[in-house]
Amino acid sequence: MKTLLEINNLHTSFFTHLGEVQAVRGIDFVLEEGDILGIVGESGSGKSVTSLSIMGLVDDPGRITEGSIVFEGVDLTKLTNEQLAEYRGNDISMIFQDPMTSINPVYSIGNQLMEVILRHTKMTKEEAKERAIELLKMVGIPEPEVRLKNYPHQFSGGMRQRAMIAMAISCNPKLLIADEPTTALDVTIQAQILELMRSLKDKINTTIILITHDLGVIAEVCNKVIVMYGGMIMERSNIESLYDNPQHPYTRGLLQSVPKNVTGKKNRLIPIEGSPPDLLSPPPGCPFSPRCPHAMEICLKEAAPLFKISDTQFASCWLHHVDAPEVEGYVKVAGDENE
Amino acid sequence: MKNYYVQRVLYALFTLYIVITVTFFMMHAIPGGPFTRERHLPPEIEAILNEKYHLDDPLFKQYIDYLGGVVTFDLGPSFKELGLTVNDLIREGFPSSMNVGLVSVIMIIAIGVPLGIISALKQNKFIDHAAMFLATLGVTIPSFVIATLFITLIAANFTFIPISWVNDPQNVGDAIFRYIGPVIALSGYSLSFVSRLTRSSMLEVLRQDYIRTARANGLSERRVIFKHALKNALIPVVTYVGPMAAAILTGSFVVERIFVIPGIGRYFVESVSNRDYTVIIGMTIFYAALYIVMVLLVDVAYAFIDPRIRLGKKMGD
Repeated sequence: MKTLLEINNLHTSFFTHLGEVQAVRGIDFVLEEGDILGIVGESGSGKSVTSLSIMGLVDDPGRITEGSIVFEGVDLTKLTNEQLAEYRGNDISMIFQDPMTSINPVYSIGNQLMEVILRHTKMTKEEAKERAIELLKMVGIPEPEVRLKNYPHQFSGGMRQRAMIAMAISCNPKLLIADEPTTALDVTIQAQILELMRSLKDKINTTIILITHDLGVIAEVCNKVIVMYGGMIMERSNIESLYDNPQHPYTRGLLQSVPKNVTGKKNRLIPIEGSPPDLLSPPPGCPFSPRCPHAMEICLKEAAPLFKISDTQFASCWLHHVDAPEVEGYVKVAGDENE
Repeated sequence: MKNYYVQRVLYALFTLYIVITVTFFMMHAIPGGPFTRERHLPPEIEAILNEKYHLDDPLFKQYIDYLGGVVTFDLGPSFKELGLTVNDLIREGFPSSMNVGLVSVIMIIAIGVPLGIISALKQNKFIDHAAMFLATLGVTIPSFVIATLFITLIAANFTFIPISWVNDPQNVGDAIFRYIGPVIALSGYSLSFVSRLTRSSMLEVLRQDYIRTARANGLSERRVIFKHALKNALIPVVTYVGPMAAAILTGSFVVERIFVIPGIGRYFVESVSNRDYTVIIGMTIFYAALYIVMVLLVDVAYAFIDPRIRLGKKMGD
């Protein structure tokens, strides 16, 4: 499979008057064509900032301080805003969390949809209109010819998110980033939107990054997962290993805090005690160590490398080190990612 | 849609009627009358005057008579300006007030809005601080101070700028430069206010999610700002500009007095102390009508800018 996107040691910080907030602190991952990568983590874990960094849309006072984002061989962090704009909405596009506020209220859906098409293709207005109608049909909006003339306030939340998706896929992006696309929607609509995204993936043959804090959504849609915490990657895995054999205490904590009612028994949810780290002055070691039931001395001092559990699973936890004490469920491995 | 405007016009007429009624009775409730002097007129003469102007009729009859006049666009004779009717006063005074006012309104929009946009885009940079400093001065310094400063500092030193209004300009220079002082004095406050309003509204809009979407779609920065941000940012500005235009077009007592402009601004003030009943009410009606027209224009402009308003009225949802 061909590598589409490669992120190396990405750091993104916000320079506020209180100091530097390190939202993303050195993350690496590789995305291959056709992947659906889920990025999961609680609020403030850096998942949205990661996606905005890829888009080059980190707002002032934030910026990428270190690392590279290589898309099809081009390092996006080296490009000017004008050069990046050629990628945005074209090769890389993004769907945002809140469809109610993410579409301009004073222009019609068709106007905004055609604008993107005209921006990135050589189509005439007539052709763009045809394409816009086709796109609305594709995302399941009935009577697209009529709906094209509608304004956002005449669309329901689910319809708006469909329109956002139409906008995002209008130029057949190679990479589609969806930042919590279903969070603001009703549960029944959530399922429809996810189903739509999955079916579109095959139709337009795109690679997807799906950001969410919902592990259920990830299990349903993705083939790869990254678990983020405190601006770092805790565990990176393919989907089966993550659910069957989580290798990081934080991943386990997340899985235990998902409500499940398989057997009909009443199970108490197990919360993760404590709160996420303050990214203004993050602890020097593993960001999860203050909340980790297995925390050791070294965890407070130094963040663990990504230990290679298998070819498809990596976890940033010292429990995998050969010298670590035996904890049930965690395997010992010899090397980390770089070895 | 048509129904909506018919309805709006009917509402406007009703508002005008209320304005006339309230003004009429409040005016008559104030002690004294047009012919009350410090040195009392002989009662016989006062009686004759009152009879001539029908001031001895019962109040309600006066009211009905006046309404009858208004319907035929006759605002009655002035009690103080010899031989002139209120219609004459407006006809003679309004063009000067309107000319100066119109130039002021154009300046306010043409300078205030771009200044606000630039400030917002360069937030916390030098140009933003400089513009907002000037805008604060503009809002706080009263027009008569601006006018006086203009005359003593600028008009007095540059002879091509007339010190006061030139009624019949003999050359192109006077015809243009006579506007400078009055327009600066008249527009200072509103220009500053509009630029501050545009700035804050623009800053607010630039933080919206749909601006991020526009950028995520790869649109150029110019398109993001002038297409996606500006239209949204102008909504509060339009709200302010309508009533403001009505106030400025009807002239300012202070500015017209200082620059000796033969406008109608002074009648608003003088008619009240003179108890010049017909002028008070005539000016009030004139101002109210202009105001209502402007508000109506704002509503029409809204419909063009914001589809939520347009369709909301039509579809009722």
